[in-house]
Amino acid sequence: MTLSRRARMVLTGIAVLVLAFIYSPLLVVLVNSFNSSKVFSWPPRSWTTQWWHKAVTNVGVRDALWTSVKVGLAATFVALVLGSMIAFAVARYQWFGRGVISFLVILPIALPGIVTGIALNSAITTVLRPVGINFGLLTVIIGHATFCIVIVFNNVVARLRRTGGSLEEASMDLGADSFTTFRRVTFPVIRSSLVAGALLAFALSFDEIVVTTFTAGPGIQTLPQWIFNNLLRPNQGPIVNAVAALLIVAFIAPVYLAQRLSDGRSGGRL
Amino acid sequence: MTSTTTTAGPAARRRSSRLSAYLHAHPTLRLGALLSAPLTWLIVLYLGSLTVMFISAFWTVNAFTNEIEKRFSTSNFQQLITTPVYRTVAIRTVTIAATVTVIDAVLALPLAFFIAKVVHSRRARAALVVAVSMPLWAGYLVKGYAWRVMFDHNGVIDWALRPLGLSGPGLGIPATTIALAYIWLPFMILPIYAALDRLPDSLLDAAADLGAPAWRTFRTVVMPLIWPGVVAGSIFTFSLSLGDYIMVRIVGGKAQMFASIVYDNIGVAGNLPFAAAAALFPVIVVVLYLVVVRRTGALDNL
Repeated sequence: MTLSRRARMVLTGIAVLVLAFIYSPLLVVLVNSFNSSKVFSWPPRSWTTQWWHKAVTNVGVRDALWTSVKVGLAATFVALVLGSMIAFAVARYQWFGRGVISFLVILPIALPGIVTGIALNSAITTVLRPVGINFGLLTVIIGHATFCIVIVFNNVVARLRRTGGSLEEASMDLGADSFTTFRRVTFPVIRSSLVAGALLAFALSFDEIVVTTFTAGPGIQTLPQWIFNNLLRPNQGPIVNAVAALLIVAFIAPVYLAQRLSDGRSGGRL
Repeated sequence: MTSTTTTAGPAARRRSSRLSAYLHAHPTLRLGALLSAPLTWLIVLYLGSLTVMFISAFWTVNAFTNEIEKRFSTSNFQQLITTPVYRTVAIRTVTIAATVTVIDAVLALPLAFFIAKVVHSRRARAALVVAVSMPLWAGYLVKGYAWRVMFDHNGVIDWALRPLGLSGPGLGIPATTIALAYIWLPFMILPIYAALDRLPDSLLDAAADLGAPAWRTFRTVVMPLIWPGVVAGSIFTFSLSLGDYIMVRIVGGKAQMFASIVYDNIGVAGNLPFAAAAALFPVIVVVLYLVVVRRTGALDNL
C-alpha cells in the first residue's frame, strides 16, 4: 500500500511506543523479582534469587496452585463437552432460536464478572444451600465452566464453519455411519480447535478471581486469590512479586501454542 | 468397509449402527441430544441464577436478625438512587469505563493499522499479533501488581520523572484508569486488527489516487468500514471496566468504583439483597450499551 514516508514513520513510532507500554510493566515485575530489598524500592540496588526460591517452596502458593489446577481442569472439561455440543448445533443445524443461543453463550463473559458472581452467589445462597449444595470447590467449578463454554464454542464453531459439512456428507455417502464419520472425519478436523479452546479456557479459569470470590467456600483459595490476599500485605511483597514473575514466564508457552492452533482471531478472550 | 477399527463384537456393532441409522433419519432428535445438556446448563444454571439475583434485589435484610426477608420491597433501589455517595460513585465508574474505552481506541487504532497495513511480511504480521495478545494471558493480578509497582510512592514512574523534577500521580483514579486501559487493550486491538485485515488495500490506493490526503482517507474510507470492529472492542473495554473492583483496590488508593459497593455488601455487610440490587446497575448500563451498538453489526464481530 502506498503511504507517505512521514505517515509510515509516525505509525511505526506509535506502534513502538504502544508495544513498549504493553511490555514495560511486565519487564519491571520480572526485574523486580530479583530485587534483594525487603520493602519495595526502585531501582534495585542489589540482586538475589531468594524470592523465587521462597515463592516456589511456599506452602500457601502450592496449595493455591493445586486448587487452581483442579478447578481449571474440571471447568475446562465441562466447557469442552458443552461448548462443542452447542458449536455443532449452531454450525450444522438450522433451528429456531439459534441467534438467541449464540447470544446466551456470550453473555457470561460480556457481562462483568461481578454480575455472574453475584448471580451465582444468590442462587447458591437461596436455592442450592437449602438442598445441600453449599459453597465449596464444586461451586467454583460451576462458575468457571459457565464462562469457559464460550471459549470452546467460539474455537470449534469457527472451525466447523470453515470446513463446512461436505466432508461428513462424503464420508456418509461412502458408507460410514454417524459414529464412524465422527471418529474418522469430524473429530480429526476439529481436534486442534478443541486443543486451542481447552488451553484458552484453562488459562481464563486459572486467571479468574471475581467469580471465584463469590462462589468459593471457606478454605478454598485459588492462586489469584492467594495473590490478591497477599498483595496488600506489606511484608509479603517480594514473594508476591516472584509469584507474579513466575506466572508471566509460565504463561508464555501454552498461550503461544494455543494461538498457533486456533484459527479464529487469535488471542481475544473469545 | 465401514467400521474397520471397531473391536466390539458383531452384535454390539449392529446395535451401534442401528442407533446411528436411527439418529441419521431423525435430525431433530440429533439436535435435541446436542442441545439438551448445554441448554440445561445455560438456561437453568446461568439464566436461573440471574433471575434469582433479580428477585433477591427486591428482598431486604432484617437489621436485627441479619436474616434475609423474602418480601417484595423497593427499598434497596430507593437507597441506591437517593444516597448521594452511590450516585457519585456510579458517575465516576461510568466515566472511568468510558475513558478506558477511549484510551484503548486511541492506542489500538494506529497499532492495528501499523500491523495490518504497514508491515508487509506475513510472518512479521503474525508475530506482531502474537506479541500484542500474549500479555493478555500474563494474568490479571500480575498486571495489577505491575501497575502498583509503577505507580506506588517511589515507584518506577516517580523514579523516571524525578530527573525532570516531577512526580507521578501516585495511587488513585488516574492509576486505576491507566491500569484498566492497559489490561483490556488487547481486547480493542484484536477486533480492530481483524477488521483492518479484511479491508482491501485497493480501497486505500483508490482514495489516494483520487487525491484524498491520508487523514481524509482514514476518516471517510477506513473508519466507517472498521467501525464495527471498534465497537466490538469497546463492548469489552467498557463492560469489563464497569464491573471492576479489584484493580481499584490494588492501584486506586482509597478510591471506590461501583462494583466495590457490591463487593462490600457481600463481604463485610453480608447484605446480599442490596448487593444484588447494586449489581443490576452495571447490567442495565451494559445492556443499554449493547442495544445501542447492536445496529452497527458489532455483535457479529465478537
